[in-house]
Amino acid sequence: MQVISRVKLHSRNVLQEIWKNKVMFLMLLPIIVYFVVFHYLVMPGAYVAFVDFNIRNGIFGSKFVGLDNFQFLFKNGDLWNITKNTLLYNFVFLALGNVIQIVFAVMLAEISGKWFKKITQSVLLLPYFISMVIVGVFAYNMFNYDSGFVNTVLTSLGFERYEFYSNPDIWKYIIVAFKIWSATGYGMIVYLATITGISNELYEAAYMDGASKWQRIRHMTLPMLKPTFILLLLFGLGGILKGSFDLFYNLIGTNSVLYPQTDIIDTYVFRSLVGQFNFSMGAAVGFYQSIFGLVIVLVVNLIVRKIEPDSALF
Amino acid sequence: MGTKTVGKEDFSSFLIKAISYVCIFCFALACAFPFVLMISSSFMNEQEIVREGYKLIPNHFSLKAYELLFRNSTVLSKAYGVTIFITVIGTVAGLLMMSMAGFVLNRKDFKYRHFFSFMIYFTTLFAGGLIPSYILMVKYLHLKDSLFAMILPGVVGAWSIFLMRNFMKSIPDSLYESATIDGAGDFRIYWQIFMPLAIPALATIGLFSALGFWNEWYNGMLYIQTPDKFPLQYVLQRMINQTNVQALINQGAVINSADLPSQSIKMATAVMATGPIILLYPFAQRYFVSGLTIGAVKG
Repeated sequence: MQVISRVKLHSRNVLQEIWKNKVMFLMLLPIIVYFVVFHYLVMPGAYVAFVDFNIRNGIFGSKFVGLDNFQFLFKNGDLWNITKNTLLYNFVFLALGNVIQIVFAVMLAEISGKWFKKITQSVLLLPYFISMVIVGVFAYNMFNYDSGFVNTVLTSLGFERYEFYSNPDIWKYIIVAFKIWSATGYGMIVYLATITGISNELYEAAYMDGASKWQRIRHMTLPMLKPTFILLLLFGLGGILKGSFDLFYNLIGTNSVLYPQTDIIDTYVFRSLVGQFNFSMGAAVGFYQSIFGLVIVLVVNLIVRKIEPDSALF
Repeated sequence: MGTKTVGKEDFSSFLIKAISYVCIFCFALACAFPFVLMISSSFMNEQEIVREGYKLIPNHFSLKAYELLFRNSTVLSKAYGVTIFITVIGTVAGLLMMSMAGFVLNRKDFKYRHFFSFMIYFTTLFAGGLIPSYILMVKYLHLKDSLFAMILPGVVGAWSIFLMRNFMKSIPDSLYESATIDGAGDFRIYWQIFMPLAIPALATIGLFSALGFWNEWYNGMLYIQTPDKFPLQYVLQRMINQTNVQALINQGAVINSADLPSQSIKMATAVMATGPIILLYPFAQRYFVSGLTIGAVKG
């Protein structure tokens, strides 16, 4: 009895609260509706991974098949290959990307020429602004067999043309290079912001004590960048199973010759939707990606909270 | 002794500085190179490309690709129209929704702000995936072939909402309190007091969002079927993947197909699709840099 009345009281409080703040709730309403429809309603849709999907019957009308879709993916080996590729690419993007961004941020901080600094900074950020479709154009422009710039140079130097679009091995490097190319400017500025935030007095004091430029970079600047580095690394690790679909699709497209080295989870799921209309298989991979990704975020966060409590995400 | 350390210091400084200049200069060249190559190959004539491939400095300067593009500009102008439409509607709607949310989620007297913040945050951890989203959009919301299919998926972002909320935090509470005493309602406070003060955040997030819509091609590829509704970048993407550009060129055009600048026209279209961004760039870049700095400092 008491419990019931307390529940009643509580629910009345909620309603009262909503009524009292109705304007604020109304202002929040579009976002609530948006997230409920486009994120929360989609989540139970992951159930499509456990059925034999048929568009006419809808997700919940299709036949339940349990883990058959997952079993098939494990057996045919696709899952292993795309997981491996996704993890490796993202790991290289993260590690190499951040190191290069830090190096460039430190170097840019060392430069004193105002004009030089301004212009180069703008140019370095430029690749971040353009769409990956344009990046795809660039790749085509450089590597296509008949008229690509690299082959133009090779033939003019008397070498044989190289057939980039049928050699999977070289694309690992091309993809990584384009990723670094497009992301360095952005990341560099984040690190540069941290460096500019370091008090000048600290550097002057170190200079007085006889620390060389290199020592100051090594023992002052780099340690100060550590929290930013860890934070960005964490964000990155959380998304380590989410690929840069944009980049991969625009560079590789539907060139299946290159798949062994360049297929990632996102491109695989996309193909199962658009090319093969195999909704259930694609959804199974997507579900696996989401769960695996969530586990990675939680584990990484747990580890970080142990080592560096201040840097933990939650 | 003292002068000796200074001398050593000078040399190491000089070395580091010199290396920095060289490396940054080289990387800047690498960043600019594809743009230059794209622009110069759009001015090459077809025979030269077929014979010698794309080059940095064309032997013969030709405007043919652009002439063709402009003479048969319906496809391109329609795509421009679509892209401008989704960019404007998407950015304005997104900014309105996100700034209202940021305002409310920052209000300390709003009891459920932690609950709703977590609800938004959770979506960055776990997502239903592409296929359930696709089924939702097509089967349940009936958005196939609708321009809104390109606007809705990207209209707001969890991180932008938090950036907005954090920015609102920097506006002193006393402003809000005095406005309440003067009898202003919540919406009025948001619209007349917070919005003008939040212009730096609005500009940053607005630019990010506009850039996202301008570069949109993915949802176009997934959901749009009518060529008239293709966004600019998707038109470009299809062109690059098509070996035959004939599809772009109207039947009415009188062109000798052997003469058709199929290679340079790809580059000319790419230049046209990038153009507005390059023009907007000097203006946008300033806000981007300051916006990134706000984001970085506040985590």
